[in-house]
Amino acid sequence: MDQSISWITVGSVEDIPRQGSRVVRTAYGDIALFRTVADEVYALEDRCPHAGGPLSQGIVHGARVTCPLHSWVIDLASGEAVGPDEGCAGHCPVRVVDGAVQLGLAAFRPGCGGCGHG
Amino acid sequence: MSTHTNPPTPRERLVVVGNGMAGIRTLEELLAKAPDRYDITVFGAEPHPNYNRIMLSPVLAGEKTFDQIVLNGRDWYEANGIKLLTGDRVEVIDRANRSVTAMSGLTVPYDRLLIATGSTPVIIPVPGSTLPGVVGFRDLADVDTMLEAAAKGGRAVVIGGGLLGLEAANGLKVKGMDVTVLHLMDTLMERQLDRSAGALLQHELERRGITVLTGADTAEIVGIEKVSAVRLKNGQELPADLVVMAVGIRPNTTLGKAAGLACGRGIQVDDTMTTSDPAILSVGECVEHRGQTYGLVAPLFEMAKVAAARLAGSAEAAYTGSVTSTKLKVTGVDVFSAGDFTGGKGCEDIVFRDAARGVYKRVVVKENRILGAVLYGDTKDGGWYFQMLKDGTEVAPVRDTLIFGQSFGGEGAANPKAAVAALPDSAEICGCNGVCKGTIVTAITEKGLSSLDEVRAHTKASASCGSCTGQVEQLLALTLGDGYAGEAKAKPMCKCTDRTHDEVRRAITTLELKSIPDVMQRLEWRTPDGCHHCRPALNYYLLCEWPGEYKDDSRSRYINERVHANIQKDGTYSVVPRMWGGLTSAKELRAIADVVDKFAIPTVKVTGGQRIDLFGVKKEDLPAVWADLNAAGMVSGHAYAKGLRTVKTCVGSEWCRFGTQDSTGLGVKLERMTWGTWTPHKVKLAVSGCPRNCAEATIKDLGVVCVDSGYELHVGGNGGMHVRACDLLVKVETEAEVLEYTGSYMQLYREEARYLERTAPWVERVGLEYVKRRLVDDAEGRASLNARFLFSQSFSQDDPWAERANGSVDRHEFAPLAQVG
Ligand SMILES: Cc1cc2nc3c(=O)[nH]c(=O)nc-3n(C[C@H](O)[C@H](O)[C@H](O)COP(=O)(O)OP(=O)(O)OC[C@H]3O[C@@H](n4cnc5c(N)ncnc54)[C@H](O)[C@@H]3O)c2cc1C
Ligand code: SF4
Ligand code: SF4
Ligand code: FES
Repeated sequence: MDQSISWITVGSVEDIPRQGSRVVRTAYGDIALFRTVADEVYALEDRCPHAGGPLSQGIVHGARVTCPLHSWVIDLASGEAVGPDEGCAGHCPVRVVDGAVQLGLAAFRPGCGGCGHG
Repeated sequence: MSTHTNPPTPRERLVVVGNGMAGIRTLEELLAKAPDRYDITVFGAEPHPNYNRIMLSPVLAGEKTFDQIVLNGRDWYEANGIKLLTGDRVEVIDRANRSVTAMSGLTVPYDRLLIATGSTPVIIPVPGSTLPGVVGFRDLADVDTMLEAAAKGGRAVVIGGGLLGLEAANGLKVKGMDVTVLHLMDTLMERQLDRSAGALLQHELERRGITVLTGADTAEIVGIEKVSAVRLKNGQELPADLVVMAVGIRPNTTLGKAAGLACGRGIQVDDTMTTSDPAILSVGECVEHRGQTYGLVAPLFEMAKVAAARLAGSAEAAYTGSVTSTKLKVTGVDVFSAGDFTGGKGCEDIVFRDAARGVYKRVVVKENRILGAVLYGDTKDGGWYFQMLKDGTEVAPVRDTLIFGQSFGGEGAANPKAAVAALPDSAEICGCNGVCKGTIVTAITEKGLSSLDEVRAHTKASASCGSCTGQVEQLLALTLGDGYAGEAKAKPMCKCTDRTHDEVRRAITTLELKSIPDVMQRLEWRTPDGCHHCRPALNYYLLCEWPGEYKDDSRSRYINERVHANIQKDGTYSVVPRMWGGLTSAKELRAIADVVDKFAIPTVKVTGGQRIDLFGVKKEDLPAVWADLNAAGMVSGHAYAKGLRTVKTCVGSEWCRFGTQDSTGLGVKLERMTWGTWTPHKVKLAVSGCPRNCAEATIKDLGVVCVDSGYELHVGGNGGMHVRACDLLVKVETEAEVLEYTGSYMQLYREEARYLERTAPWVERVGLEYVKRRLVDDAEGRASLNARFLFSQSFSQDDPWAERANGSVDRHEFAPLAQVG
């Protein structure tokens, strides 16, 4: 399935702080790239499914991020809210090749709820 | 039973000599069996009610307070009609007349007498051994002496590298002394540990900064009026301000011998705990039973059971001796030992080493049964081995995996709950009190217990050395399922750990943990890198404990503190420059106006803290906004920080006709002193120029109200969701005192409040009296808190905006990584 996606290099893993995030501006809106303590890289729409908070500004722990606005916890791999909260952030395929971070933007899947406040 | 006579005969009189662990345990058991049988009098040479002697080590190390280790307070004696005479040593037993006479001259007759006088530390008879500054490690008075010495710093020499000596050494080290341990043998704790484990232990203690000299034979304690050094037989001399003798204990038989009771090394008793005089029983470390004496509580508690049964009139109970196991109570060092591990003919050694994790285990097996075990670094299977050792269990069926422990092969390895669930009912959980799993589970279900304290009260499990507390909690959880709410008092920091904020903080200090990964590693965090609850707290605790040394971890900060601005609901930020004491100037206002125009900032608002808030700044504009504000001399107002926010002032004597002092000027001084500090939660100050209190100083974390004769300092107030008015802390006369009190109050709050606890709930939790004791009653303590505050301030007063405006810090925060599509 990888073959069907065209990958765009957006920077190197080193550009993203460990346990941190950087934003990529795209036609689909801002995409937040996360780098975990184990150096895995994930990409989510930079909008919390609760009320649109910028997830890139959250605290990254394990493979999760806590939204800075009201502390929802979002799973980085799926974009789903964890625990009692329900909703999911848009999700974008990402891979690391020789230290370069590549986004499969064409396969970007927007979040289910978007801004939960409608 | 002989209680049916009427008219009621006077009750039999029971006198207990020794208000310690074995004596009072006997009474507890007796009261449970025959509550009304005796009129009871207890003599205790110490001035305290009954306390948990084992826990003196944690008290010395500052991990527990004395109040926390009291087993039975005076109200317990009262409630049970026991007459307690503390601070009164029994001097004579008159067996012919059946009475005892104490130091105070008081004589009390008995029908039954229980001697439980414990033991005394052995003091080696070298010259100088009676000098002031030489102590044993036995009772609270000894701990007080040690703490007093430690408060002055200096050097301590501990003679004896056994359990007590090492616990003393660790405590004194934690308390800041230079500590040397002298040990006669060539490995530490040689009676409990083999060479390998002893060497690992020595290495760990040395890593903590304790010097260990083995093969060290003391020749003399040197000193004129008090100890100044210890000289060894090889001529080496070690300077010392304090010498702790921990070379062993000797059963305290003085009274028994003088009364003519049969004594060997201890007061001799038979299997019913009766001495050579049938009216006199004896229990505890003072006795000798079948040629054995004991120095750990587990056997003493077994003796107490038997003695209580005898006193209650039962003929069946008998004590037949005990096998013991040992654990060292030094936080972060896990050592377990049981039985005989010297090996010898026909013995097999099974050894496991994992140098990377610092684990060493050795189990000695003879004829398919466990003879002894030594565990270092991972002691969770200690109880399991000990149980099989005592039961003489055949180990052939599990021989191959024995050394890996009980949970090997099962899923239990990483799951303590499953491990406890897998235990048979007969498995012993609490070694000190000999309580097995079945007893605890039955008590929980039949008596409807739902907390650790209740289980302790009913079964004694985990009530002594406390090392099985975790397992007892697992049993509560297993038995009650969702009905077990956990321990209310000891709420863990978050789901990543079982430890409370206070426990983690103490560990940071005592184990000298200096980074977040270090804390998580040593304290066994369950998650790889914590969560949004624990990381900011740990970052704060480390910053507070190691000023100038700890490097702030920006990834563990909430976004506002990471980018030094307040995030708003639309993802933009607000910016608040500092206005010292609420003062501003034309130049500052002009610069603000220019910034507003230049960056098209949509909203400008005056805050409740007397400054100006610029709303709707885009994140990428922040550095440029700050550069412009910096150019006009303005710095960050920390309006986003768990730190000092504002110092609100009124105009005071400079303009106001009621003003008594220069409240604005004082406010500026306070703000200059305190800005930039990190605290558990936000801190707001205020200064009002007279009791009309226009600056609302009495709902601030610290508020100053000026009066004609000086300054009233009010603490622990806040507005917000739960309004709390301040309490008056003290009244002082000079501005210098206001500054010193403020610094010391801030530091006390920084060091002792839990993360995210504001001063209002903190003051309510610890009590105003406590704060007064630390700040008002203790001038020296106040000065040193203030000094610590100023020291940490010397590292925190750099403007965070300037560093980011010039691009030298966190540049990546403010620019997108890329623009695509
Ligand atoms: C620092 C420390 C750490 C320890 N750690 C452990 C441990 O981890 N595990 C463990 O199992 N054990 C440990 N122990 C040992 C344990 O505390 C003792 O085994 C236990 O306290 C002995 O109980 P006892 O009642 O025989 O003596 P004590 O508890 O000493 O009680 C005797 C009491 O009698 C009083 N007394 C003596 N003579 C008279 C008199 N003539 N008149 C009136 N009162 C008198 C004494 O003042 C004392 O209060 C430790 C001991 C110490 C000191
Ligand atoms: S508190 Fe007193 S001094 Fe200050 S402005 Fe009000 S009336 Fe004047
Ligand atoms: S009172 Fe409520 S709405 Fe107003 S600023 Fe504070 S948190 Fe926001
Ligand atoms: S917007 Fe993310 S938690 Fe509310």
